[in-house]
Amino acid sequence: MSRVVDLGYVPLLDAAPVIIAAEIGFAAEEGIELALHREMSWATLRDRLIWGRYDAAHMLAPVVVAQTAGIGVGDAAVDALMVLSVNGDMIGAAPELAGRVAAAGGGFLDAAATGRALAEATAGRRLRFGVPFPLSMHAALIEYWLERTGLRAGVGLVTIPPPRMAAAMAAGEIDAFCVGEPWGSIAVEVGAAQLLLPGAAIWEFAPEKVLAMTRRALEDRPLRAAALMRAVWRSSRWLGDPANAMTAAEILGRAAYLDVSPELLEHTITGRIVVDGQGTEIRVPRAIEFFAGAANFPWRSQALWIAEGLARRTGADRARLRAAARASFRADLFRQVLGPIGADLPGASEKLEGAMATQTAVASTLGKLLLGPDRFFDGGRFDPVDGD
Amino acid sequence: MTQKLSIAVVEQDHDRALMIVDGLHDAGEFDITVIGDVSGLARRLAALAPDVVLIDLESPDRDVLDALTHASNPSDRPVAMFVDRSDDGVMRAAIEAGVSAYVVGGLSRERIRPVLQAAITRFHVVARLRSELAATKAALEERKLVDRAKGMLMKAKGLSEEEAYAALRRTAMAQGRKVADVAQALITAADLLK
Repeated sequence: MSRVVDLGYVPLLDAAPVIIAAEIGFAAEEGIELALHREMSWATLRDRLIWGRYDAAHMLAPVVVAQTAGIGVGDAAVDALMVLSVNGDMIGAAPELAGRVAAAGGGFLDAAATGRALAEATAGRRLRFGVPFPLSMHAALIEYWLERTGLRAGVGLVTIPPPRMAAAMAAGEIDAFCVGEPWGSIAVEVGAAQLLLPGAAIWEFAPEKVLAMTRRALEDRPLRAAALMRAVWRSSRWLGDPANAMTAAEILGRAAYLDVSPELLEHTITGRIVVDGQGTEIRVPRAIEFFAGAANFPWRSQALWIAEGLARRTGADRARLRAAARASFRADLFRQVLGPIGADLPGASEKLEGAMATQTAVASTLGKLLLGPDRFFDGGRFDPVDGD
Repeated sequence: MTQKLSIAVVEQDHDRALMIVDGLHDAGEFDITVIGDVSGLARRLAALAPDVVLIDLESPDRDVLDALTHASNPSDRPVAMFVDRSDDGVMRAAIEAGVSAYVVGGLSRERIRPVLQAAITRFHVVARLRSELAATKAALEERKLVDRAKGMLMKAKGLSEEEAYAALRRTAMAQGRKVADVAQALITAADLLK
């Protein structure tokens, strides 16, 4: 049996768990050789996963749900073996608009105030937001935020690759954008944008990227999939230790991976976000989270939240999306594979999303699990069983 | 007689775009438009309304095209992805070659197949040229390193050029490494000692 696991990823900060698994030796400990392949397009990464060129992929959580429901390419089901990262998106606008939003009362950690200020600054006209891919948490969070902010004219989502966001703003194609780090911080560094909000200000505990495999590959090679999960989970735990932030930033910044300055990455990993050209630094709790609060657990309720948003945005069948959500977020595998190596497992696989205002102790296998906070900015709650 | 197929080729590199256009001309009669400026790509494609769009799989702009297949309103959905109805063999070949094609719904497979076959052939050629260019560049870089290391040895030890090269090669063979790697090590060490 080949020891090589071919894994495709997009060069983003949240690819850290798979890059570190290869670099720090967690994959080697499991007897697998993790061959990483960098991709510049989500569509291409998804296609290469589905066509068997890759065994596994760093993937947008909504792509997994959508693909399994038949929105994507072909009819292959794709599973999320675990969540790789929580939060990590940044919302920004050109400095001129960002200045008007600040003047109208926006605040970097206050999505409600920033939403109202944005509506005021744009005088009720229809806003256009750039997102990297339509089937993304970026699109889902922007839609959730602006719908509940009561923008009269609504919001248009435009798909634009992150490296082109600045040019698209300059050309008037979009007003603002939501991208994964490091793209938000890069836009600030080059003077193209100021940040309006971290994604965490909209939903405090939003699943972002997942470790994905096609269901067929998973069933063909269950032992290799389990080895990969253990390697990536140990890598996530390593990343969750603040003492490793600097080392992680140095590795991820290399030309072969993200090719950006380690300092910039370290800022986001440690939650010290530089929001404007003056270097104003704001502390953001869980700016990106790789491990704490059971970040890696693939909650079926998270998948169902994603399914509801996809049903609204794509018009696809809601029941089908909900069924795909439950089937593709593999809480069952997570328990089976990672319980024995020390993952503290929650008692349930679905929860009321948005209900925890603070860190909360919950029933778990090791009895030490703290979840949350996981509030939505508007105090909304998402009950996964509504709509069954 | 059915109308000529219209094809949009999304490719920023002028030479590569020309090669693909040439390849398509060899395959049949098509109306071909090259989109070299990708700003506002979705809008440009909507205005152009081509039957088929060809794009490099490695291009980040592929996500813009893919987004059009997820539009909620069918009238906003000018393209559907070919991979949905193609046979496995052609699709696999396309993925291996690095080409992705998007077509308007309703076109028969027989009409699209020659386009895709021509594109696959051309993308293979483009990929080969790309890797040749990369190899040439690397070779030039190595040549530069070796020249620099030779110069350092000549100056430091009063060797002739042939003797300096022989010394590098001897070391490389003794250590089982490439001459360029030994040259690099020497340059690095010399920089540190400066």
